[in-house]
Amino acid sequence: MKTKLSARNLNISFGTKQVLKNIDIQFVENEITALIGPSGCGKSTLLRSFNRMHDLSPDAKITGTLQLEDLDLYAKSVPVTQIRKRIGMVFQKANPFPKSIYENIAYGLRINNLPCDKSIVEKALREAFLWEEVKNDLKMPATRLSGGQQQRLCIARAVALRPEVILMDEPCSALDPVSTLKIEELIVYLKKKYTIVIVTHNMQQAQRIADKTVFLYLGEIKEEGPTHKIFDSPENEMTANYIHGQFG
Amino acid sequence: MKYRTRLSLDILFKIVFKGTGLLVLALLGGILAMLVYNSFSFFMDVKPLDFITGMEWSPTAAIPKYGMLPLVLSTTLVTFGAMFIAIPLGIGTAAYIAEYASPRVKNLLKPAIEMLAAVPSVVIGFLGIVVLSPGIADLADLSNGLNALNGAILLAVMALPTIITIAEDAIHAVPKTYKEASYAMGATKWQTLRKIIIPAAAPGIIAAVMLGVGRAIGETMTVLMATGNASILPTSMFDSVKTMTATIAIEMGEVPYQTTHYFALYAIATVLFLMTLAANMLGEYFINRFRKYHAV
Repeated sequence: MKTKLSARNLNISFGTKQVLKNIDIQFVENEITALIGPSGCGKSTLLRSFNRMHDLSPDAKITGTLQLEDLDLYAKSVPVTQIRKRIGMVFQKANPFPKSIYENIAYGLRINNLPCDKSIVEKALREAFLWEEVKNDLKMPATRLSGGQQQRLCIARAVALRPEVILMDEPCSALDPVSTLKIEELIVYLKKKYTIVIVTHNMQQAQRIADKTVFLYLGEIKEEGPTHKIFDSPENEMTANYIHGQFG
Repeated sequence: MKYRTRLSLDILFKIVFKGTGLLVLALLGGILAMLVYNSFSFFMDVKPLDFITGMEWSPTAAIPKYGMLPLVLSTTLVTFGAMFIAIPLGIGTAAYIAEYASPRVKNLLKPAIEMLAAVPSVVIGFLGIVVLSPGIADLADLSNGLNALNGAILLAVMALPTIITIAEDAIHAVPKTYKEASYAMGATKWQTLRKIIIPAAAPGIIAAVMLGVGRAIGETMTVLMATGNASILPTSMFDSVKTMTATIAIEMGEVPYQTTHYFALYAIATVLFLMTLAANMLGEYFINRFRKYHAV
């Protein structure tokens, strides 16, 4: 059980609003960790701090230590593009580029100077369970795919770069149950190779796929542990109330 | 308000708006009809082929020559020259404002560009005569700098605000999710701009360029003042040129009513109209080609 990704004493604020307070957390290699909690509790903020997406907002202030294994993610000497190549991300709303299906995957390979040919694209699409559905339409605009297919394309796009960690920000929240199920199946399959952190609002989803669950409330970690323990016998009263749907 | 009153108001405004819509169509139809009618009068006297391919424009000579090729070439030369300068500058500035500039610089730059658009064309022409053309004459060792290059630079300055403003809007309108996706895959700012943002904004950028082209083709006062107005076949950017617009503007005031020369100016106007139309349709074509990938 090797710790892949960790945050120590992490505080994040936007302007005067403190969003995360003294977060200490470790994510274990080849495990799925679910981040749960009510809206605005800082789940997404925590997730996005690992691939430095907050670099895009000038008023974000981040203190603490974030590490990918032994690498300090916010060290000046580490290029942010390298970090983002090693820590991939899938967003809440499927956001394929307005290009063809093939180009959507080839783009990431090219910008990172990785070899790019049809077999590599095919491999990524197969890993995302999408190949059979699109193998004859690789030149089709990606925006014509269904929502679920688009999200799987986004996962294929992330997987193609062979990252070590995949961050997922409510990847199924805009999808129907059938597509959701497919993506969950995919996530469980992917954990063999990758470390996965997923933000979800869906309690059942967390129970179905996550090895470990972390409950956040108002920017603090209230409880964390093996998923079955969090859901079957939570220690914190707030956790119990939240997972039983009394607020959130 | 009573139901009946509301209903009749509804019908009234439907008619009013239909009327305004039809009025615009009627105006366009009227202008087109007038152009075509007068052009036909011209083509009764001069063969269309001679008009289009004629190498000499001297309507007041003893044996008048109505060849519009020098005028078309002049307009094309000045317009392309202007776009050659304005497109990279415009897109570069737009990308800078939308993606790189700090809010303070942005707040300075945007009003400055709006103000550039407010400078009257006659003032730009004047600056062309007293500042730019002597400079060009010195640098290129010419007797004077009133030539196609002078006009192209001035037109570029005039087209810039249009191109920058619309291109910046287009770049700004690219969904943030595309940018995030690109950055999340390890792309640099430049890679994201070149491979994702500019292609996604391409319809708007092309529209911006086409509007710039329209402005440059149709601009009259500046080119009239700054390009020397010699109706000879231009061979380089350093030749003096007489554009189609300038020809109409200069000669319409002096031409005897309803003579061949008078009708010839209408024929030029018709060709000008067709050129602008072609520029717009080309723009539409490209916009549709890129829109294919944007469909939801």
